[in-house]
Amino acid sequence: MIALPLLVALPFLALPLVAMGLRARPAAAPLLALLPFGLFLALLLLPPGAAFTAERLPSLGLETSFRLDGLSRLMALLITGIGAGIFLYASAYLKGHAALHRFLAVLTLFMGAMLGAVLADDLFSLFVFWELTSLASFMLIGFDHERAAARRAAQQGLMVTVAGGLAMLAGFLLLAAAAGTTRISLILEQAGALAAHPFAPWIILLVAGGCFAKSAQWPLHFWLPNAMAAPAPVSAYLHSATMVKLGVYLLARLNPAFQEAVLWQGLLTGAGGLTMLTGALLALRERDLKRKLAWSTVVALGTLVTLIGLEEPLSATAAVVFLLVHALYKASLFLISGIVDKKAGTRDALVLRGLARAMPLTALAAALAGLSMAGAPGFIGAFAKDLLFTVQLGVPGLLPAIALAVNAAMVVVAGVVAARPFMGRPMEADRAVKEPPLAMLAPPLLLAVLGLLFGLLPGPISAALIEPAAGAILGRPTGVALGEKQGDELVLLLSLAALGVGVVMYLGWSRLQPRLAGQEWLDRYGPDSAYGEVLRAVSRTAVALTRRVQAGSLRRYLSLTLLMVFGGAGLVLVLAGGLAIPGQAAPVRVEQALLVLLIAAGAAAAALMRDLFAQVMGAALVGFGAGLLFLTLGAPDLAFTQFTVEVIAVVLLVAILARLPFRALDARRAAERRNDAILAGVVGAVGVAVMLAILSVPFDPRIPEWMGQAAVPEAKGRNVVNVVIVDFRALDTLGEIAVLLIAALAAAALLAKRGGRREP
Amino acid sequence: MKESLILQSSARYVLWTSLAVSLFILLRGHNEPGGGFIGGLVGALGFVFHALALGQGATRRLLRLDPLAWAGLGLLAAALAGLPALLHHGEPFLTQQWLAGTPIGTALLFDLGVYLVVVGFALAFVLPFLEE
Repeated sequence: MIALPLLVALPFLALPLVAMGLRARPAAAPLLALLPFGLFLALLLLPPGAAFTAERLPSLGLETSFRLDGLSRLMALLITGIGAGIFLYASAYLKGHAALHRFLAVLTLFMGAMLGAVLADDLFSLFVFWELTSLASFMLIGFDHERAAARRAAQQGLMVTVAGGLAMLAGFLLLAAAAGTTRISLILEQAGALAAHPFAPWIILLVAGGCFAKSAQWPLHFWLPNAMAAPAPVSAYLHSATMVKLGVYLLARLNPAFQEAVLWQGLLTGAGGLTMLTGALLALRERDLKRKLAWSTVVALGTLVTLIGLEEPLSATAAVVFLLVHALYKASLFLISGIVDKKAGTRDALVLRGLARAMPLTALAAALAGLSMAGAPGFIGAFAKDLLFTVQLGVPGLLPAIALAVNAAMVVVAGVVAARPFMGRPMEADRAVKEPPLAMLAPPLLLAVLGLLFGLLPGPISAALIEPAAGAILGRPTGVALGEKQGDELVLLLSLAALGVGVVMYLGWSRLQPRLAGQEWLDRYGPDSAYGEVLRAVSRTAVALTRRVQAGSLRRYLSLTLLMVFGGAGLVLVLAGGLAIPGQAAPVRVEQALLVLLIAAGAAAAALMRDLFAQVMGAALVGFGAGLLFLTLGAPDLAFTQFTVEVIAVVLLVAILARLPFRALDARRAAERRNDAILAGVVGAVGVAVMLAILSVPFDPRIPEWMGQAAVPEAKGRNVVNVVIVDFRALDTLGEIAVLLIAALAAAALLAKRGGRREP
Repeated sequence: MKESLILQSSARYVLWTSLAVSLFILLRGHNEPGGGFIGGLVGALGFVFHALALGQGATRRLLRLDPLAWAGLGLLAAALAGLPALLHHGEPFLTQQWLAGTPIGTALLFDLGVYLVVVGFALAFVLPFLEE
């Protein structure tokens, strides 16, 4: 089905148009929302189960596959549906910004990458799109790149998610090796066998590591609140509704393969539970609206990971419903926090008061989203809460207690973010607070209203979205329909208790927050400061190392390089027992012996003379002598090359010497000369030892014989050396001349600085 | 070195002679000792001689393009020589092709590319050190 790759390709194809078109006509920005909206409609029309496969490198088992099943369909609809609202909102939020076109282009790139990641059905396509989303996230967090905090946050997000991505790649390689295929749908068919495979623990640890980094699970959760340096639409889109759900998505995707494994269950519920607790505590402590929402997103992600790790069949449905609910209310609340920030001039929850009178529609949207978040009856959030409690309270161990505490904390967050800024007497603001333009108001309002609409009419989305997605996570149909009451009396009672505790804490929050904020150890010993320490340690080490190795003296570089290469080769020879003397040697002819003497004399002159000109001439004697020696050994091509290289080298060296402002004398001290002599001795000895070792290996004449025979019929040339260079090993030659060019480019950069040649 | 009248007046002839010789070496390389590498070095020597006699500015004017650009063109030529195999015969990249019955083919273009890279490379290193 070609439609799938086309859908993914469309945002990428639109990129140049977006970047250049909007640069020329920024006023057209709102129209861009039609792209995700069109994709949304197309996805609604596509039949579930559509698949596409194109072979890429069959010999390596590489292919490009896409597949639309219940889970990827839900994700893709969220990406494009919420995306349409985000694009519209962003066009108004950043109206007049000089880099609006760049922002929307990266957002488009992100949407394409995200669609690719959830629709991909082979591990490596998934990986490439996954990393692309990390890159887009980096560019979007750092959009305001003149602020140091934004740059740091962008770098941190990239480092954490890409490091996780590398672990995941290693996991994918093991997974592909264990399953014998890279296609995910085929991997999932071998569920039982895979969980018992000896690689399984490593696959689980590595892949889960990547997912945890992406979905901000403890202890890798710290990058997400810092990512709030990004503009509000980015926080709503990437860092709550879609990208951070990618880790959850992949865990859910692979769940059928590993759900039986104890490690999988323990890892997911353990990390998820810790994430929930940490996020809830830090959410209570935060007073910045956006960061508060970010911590509550961390809680939601922890909840989702926990749900996937639970064995309970109902947990898959709970995860899907909560994922949808969270995407709707959290994106809405982030967009509202952006409106509040813009219109009231602050995001401080302790300062914001009484905005409802000036912006009633925004307050309405906030109230609807907040009620869905708190799980009020009538909203789809109520189903999520009912399912969550039913699943989490039925598990033995600490999870029920964690779930209750976290739920109470989320009630507080919902109140502080969605109700508190709008209630009470109007605050004093430095500007006239008023409603935002329609393009900014409509998306959050619509998302919040959807939360109510789905809650009132759960039937259709249950059959069309929830059930198929939950079935994909479980690996079989769930048989659960949304709207059926799940929990018993006890569950209802406990959830009411959590609500009550939450309301009480909300009322006392303005006194609770400063106490929590006073606990500085939470910052000092948190992973965020550990991250900073690690980065500082890396640069300290790099500085110390650079100072030692790169002292700025060319002679030192040369000595170090020679020592490493020849010392290393010598060490290997000795350790591996490679020292050998060839049994048979060709007889030495008189002229060869004389040439060797000539070379030795040249070397001695270069080493002993004080005059640099004389040293160059001595070195040249070595080179020309070697050329003549090649000639006597039947290698005219080599001799020819050696002569020409030697001439150029001598000209170059003499030209340099001629430019020196002082008399060209060797200025080394006695100790330096001694050290150089030792180094030269080592290099010479190792060189001879390597040569002897090579000559001791029996020579296999088949390759040169074949080359000699094939040169004329296959390559139409009688000079075998040249035939090898331009034909038999042409690819090697291409690589070599590419290296020559690169070296020349590097040299040109260095020489231009010297001031010898003037750049304009 | 600039003062030598003999050097200056002979520089052009030496340059053209060595270029002719270098092309001869390039062309004969397939059957006798020679080829793009050696030919390129000999050609570069001609230019170095020219620059020694008349100053590197004169040589650069004669070259028209920066030595690096010549090297880049060479790499391009060598890479292009690998394409006909893909386009017409589905053979691996850089499988050399010949005009039926003649020794003229993609191998020659490839070797010409090597020649240009070597000339450009050598001159990029040497010319900046020679006097204006």
